[in-house]
Amino acid sequence: MNARLHRCGEHAVLVELDRLDEVVALYDALAADPPRGIVDIVPAARTLLVRFEPPARHAEVESAVLAVRPAGGRRTTTEEMVIPVVYDGDDLADVARLTGLTEREVVAAHTRTPWTVAFCGFAPGFGYLIGGDPRLAVPRRPESRVRVPTGAVGLAGEFSGVYPRESPGGWQLIGRTETVVWDIAADPPALLRPGVRVRFAEAS
Amino acid sequence: MVSGATVREFRRALVVLAPGPLTTVQDLGRRRHSHLGVGRSGAADRGALRLANRLLANPENAACLEVTLGGLKVRASGDLLVTLTGAPCPATVTDAEGRTRGIGHASVERLPDGATLRLGVPPRGLRTYLAVRGGIDVPEVLGSRATDLLSGLGPERPAPGSVLPVGPAPAEFPAADLAPVPEPESGVLMLDVIPGPRHDWFTPGALAALCAEPYEVTPHSDRVGMRLRGPRLERARDGELPSEGMVPGALQVPPSGQPTLFLADHPVTGGYPVIAVVRDHHVDRAAQARPGQRIRFRVAGDRRLVDHRRL
Repeated sequence: MNARLHRCGEHAVLVELDRLDEVVALYDALAADPPRGIVDIVPAARTLLVRFEPPARHAEVESAVLAVRPAGGRRTTTEEMVIPVVYDGDDLADVARLTGLTEREVVAAHTRTPWTVAFCGFAPGFGYLIGGDPRLAVPRRPESRVRVPTGAVGLAGEFSGVYPRESPGGWQLIGRTETVVWDIAADPPALLRPGVRVRFAEAS
Repeated sequence: MVSGATVREFRRALVVLAPGPLTTVQDLGRRRHSHLGVGRSGAADRGALRLANRLLANPENAACLEVTLGGLKVRASGDLLVTLTGAPCPATVTDAEGRTRGIGHASVERLPDGATLRLGVPPRGLRTYLAVRGGIDVPEVLGSRATDLLSGLGPERPAPGSVLPVGPAPAEFPAADLAPVPEPESGVLMLDVIPGPRHDWFTPGALAALCAEPYEVTPHSDRVGMRLRGPRLERARDGELPSEGMVPGALQVPPSGQPTLFLADHPVTGGYPVIAVVRDHHVDRAAQARPGQRIRFRVAGDRRLVDHRRL
């Protein structure tokens, strides 16, 4: 693992890696046994932002991060959930055109393989799912929508995701689910946390 | 936000009569949830909130009101002890009999049952903190009473008629009546920055340009961040940066070359490179800058903080 460390202000280190699976592995290892002083870890596509508090210092946190030996391959989390989706999204036809598949083949590809939450971002509880059928990689929409409804299921790049609540958004929408993915009264509030495995199923 | 108190179990409270342009409930924010896409939020000027709580012998993290550009009017329900920190503003207390007196800044003041506290517009600075002994005791959301205006998490914004319950007074008593605090600066604010994490995405002259001339705080500024106008920061490399984690004080530079200085409600991740990060205690100072005010950046002297290792 080729990790580049960039100091980010007085109390954070940005750890840059070459691949998303390395980010996921390092996040799993750090989250399972957080080094002293670390208060927040923000995994993203190629980086982990590690925030710490005094008396921890940069050098100590950097050494701790570099000393972590991520477990190879499998994630420790085995949670898997099924999310039923009605595949009637406004961009389903566009996704079919962009991928060269039929709409039915898009649905089959989306439901055939399990996905895994790599990281959250954009909004509370918005999980970026990876590991899907590579044929489903599509660009974001050229124009963002002002309003995407809660539960919309979308694709962008190598990712799939479920909008946790109504918000603007630029992902290609292929369907919708009634599964609640964000509930502040629940503990934890996010259903799609880093490491959680997801299978989409076509709702009848 | 309405208290569940009945007549039998009376709870002390602040009753909001007018919130002014923007008042929110804030504490020191949410930790340990950013992996779920939840930002820290909390007071924009953390030092001012901490000072207010220390003056009242509250826990440092007790919830207060963050009042933007004054205009707040609240009435005490029960006898309260309060203090104001952050941007000093003219403030008066009118008791239940109609007698009005002025109150000081960063001083411990009594707000008797039925008395009304009015905050005028601060002549300097932007955000005033009103703390009450016992703290504002609205329900926590994910371990904090902070209102995150970007994600919509936390207590609702106080409105006329809101009843903000006050928690039980702590066992400790206030040790001082008054804290000497420097006035917010009204001229050019000097802010220390630490280069990186992405200064290598800019031309070698960009960091010098950042520190050469003042930037002006534009009206497009809020708790999320302050858009600045000044020397353009030129990128050395094209291409898209995959979104990465952000911190308060980050100077994120979009394609326009005009930086945004992130404050308390900044997005958890961002897709533009960060050329430098403002040091923590100066983020508080930045949070008191008003639109139109000018800011100058200076690379912090501590070289250890500028270390940029490749491993």
